[in-house]
Amino acid sequence: MQNHPVYTDTDPQSEYSTLNLGPTHPATHGVFQNVLQLDGERIVSGVSTIGYIHRAFEKIAEHRPFYQITPLTDRLNYCSSPINNMGWHMTVEKLLNITTPKRVDYMRIIIMELARIADHIICNGVLGVDTGAFTGFLYMMEYREEIYEIYEEICGSRLTTNIGRIGGFERNFNQIAFDKVRNFVKKFPPVLKEFEALFNRNRIFVDRTRGVAPVSAETALSYSWSGPLLRAAGVDYDVRAMEPYSSYEEFDFEVPVGDNGDVYSRFLVRNEEMWQSLRLIEQALNKIEKEPSDIFHADVPEFYLPPKEEVYNNMEALIYHFKIVMGEVDTPRAEVYHAVEATNGELGFYLVNDGGRSPYRLHFRRPSFINYQMYAPMSRGMLLSDAIINMSSLNIIAGELDA
Amino acid sequence: MGKITNEELLRRLDEKFGGTVVQTGADFGLLTVETSVDAIIDVLSFLKNDEALNFIFLTDITAIHYPESEKPIGVIYHLHSLTTNTRIRVKVFMPLENVHIPTATTLWDGANWMERETYDFFGVIFDGHPDLRRILNVDDMTVFPMRREYPLEDPNRVDKKDYFFGR
Repeated sequence: MQNHPVYTDTDPQSEYSTLNLGPTHPATHGVFQNVLQLDGERIVSGVSTIGYIHRAFEKIAEHRPFYQITPLTDRLNYCSSPINNMGWHMTVEKLLNITTPKRVDYMRIIIMELARIADHIICNGVLGVDTGAFTGFLYMMEYREEIYEIYEEICGSRLTTNIGRIGGFERNFNQIAFDKVRNFVKKFPPVLKEFEALFNRNRIFVDRTRGVAPVSAETALSYSWSGPLLRAAGVDYDVRAMEPYSSYEEFDFEVPVGDNGDVYSRFLVRNEEMWQSLRLIEQALNKIEKEPSDIFHADVPEFYLPPKEEVYNNMEALIYHFKIVMGEVDTPRAEVYHAVEATNGELGFYLVNDGGRSPYRLHFRRPSFINYQMYAPMSRGMLLSDAIINMSSLNIIAGELDA
Repeated sequence: MGKITNEELLRRLDEKFGGTVVQTGADFGLLTVETSVDAIIDVLSFLKNDEALNFIFLTDITAIHYPESEKPIGVIYHLHSLTTNTRIRVKVFMPLENVHIPTATTLWDGANWMERETYDFFGVIFDGHPDLRRILNVDDMTVFPMRREYPLEDPNRVDKKDYFFGR
């Protein structure tokens, strides 16, 4: 098999050089290999090689009970694992016809939007680094840390969160968690404002990003792009608005769109999404106050593990504990497709169930994988340095790319 | 524009293709139709190009393996009509000895890697694909690992047998 671009041009005047960009290049932020054919600094052609951290999640998932698949989804887009976790829980809930209480939906929205902010902080911060401005990245990183502390308060872990269970959350948010979220919502807007002031009209940044790698709406749709990339190209497709899940339909938010899909409009779209996420979190915090404060999961004893104390002291809880752990609960034979708006686009779970404890087939529609395939074709004719910032602004996460 | 109802969608498909497109389910409101290898590209391009249907967004291509079935390998397309916010799932099943299907890269550029992934894991050969190579697995792999006959773990392992768990 050929990994290198086949080059048939026999023009003696042209001398092309081959550059292996990656797999471990400091500018690519992850394990990405692109073999580029260069004419000076201009890219003539390129081939992407992916699969360096392929872990066969789809195969593993066929051997795991539903609740043990959540940790696998963590490792897809590890910059915003809670969204993947929630997406998976909601897929199973759809299959099992579980309706979650409103409070659970709002708690989920808080977590998902925090994750979106954390992911966009990294993407936009790193885009700044790649264009030569380290300040914004370091300044914003502190607030990603605050988000991680909120995760830590809720579930105990920071990166691969495994937040929530089928039907709700494993435990209620405590007061400290709510205080931290409120504190974040109060402290972050001025920071984001400063970040925007640092970049949005910065001459160097605008010159460096405006008009780099523009993508038309038709091309973006033809390549099945989704998320901020598609919206930057001017298509207002957002799963949260089109097919609301987790009670998003009750919330008031806008879907920002860009004009020509270049690196600069992707940056602006992501920034605006952070503002919208803040709005959503604020609304969710207000709505949650009107709900009974002790509800944090749906009443589905066949699928929601009972607390350990009850297992030791209560007959029903013991029975359900064993039924869940040994996989004795019947599940419907059906196929489900459920999509959530992950930070990079439509994250879909296609689950075919044959009635057993684990999926017959589970396929992840991973936005990074689908978005990345345009990278090599669109790099043709681009300067190498532009291709680097183009990759940053695509926000490809290796875990999601390779599954 | 509102959502296209499943009945309307089926009626349109029936009008155009007669009996070659049949409904096989509508779990959770998502219409699932099955068609044949010969008709698949016509069906997809009709769904994509028809002005009222307008399924312009290719959400996903994947495959599934039912070893007991007569036609064990199935390719599954998910399409999304963004203007009407309707989804449809199209399936094609084929026998193991002839896993050829025409490529959808002629309709969507994005089908390229999705088909490569499907080939990589299930060995489905997409005729006319510009660059049908393995994508996530190593190039010199000889099997198609998502088929059911390939075990996840070493089948000789005994410490995970069901009888240890009272099953």
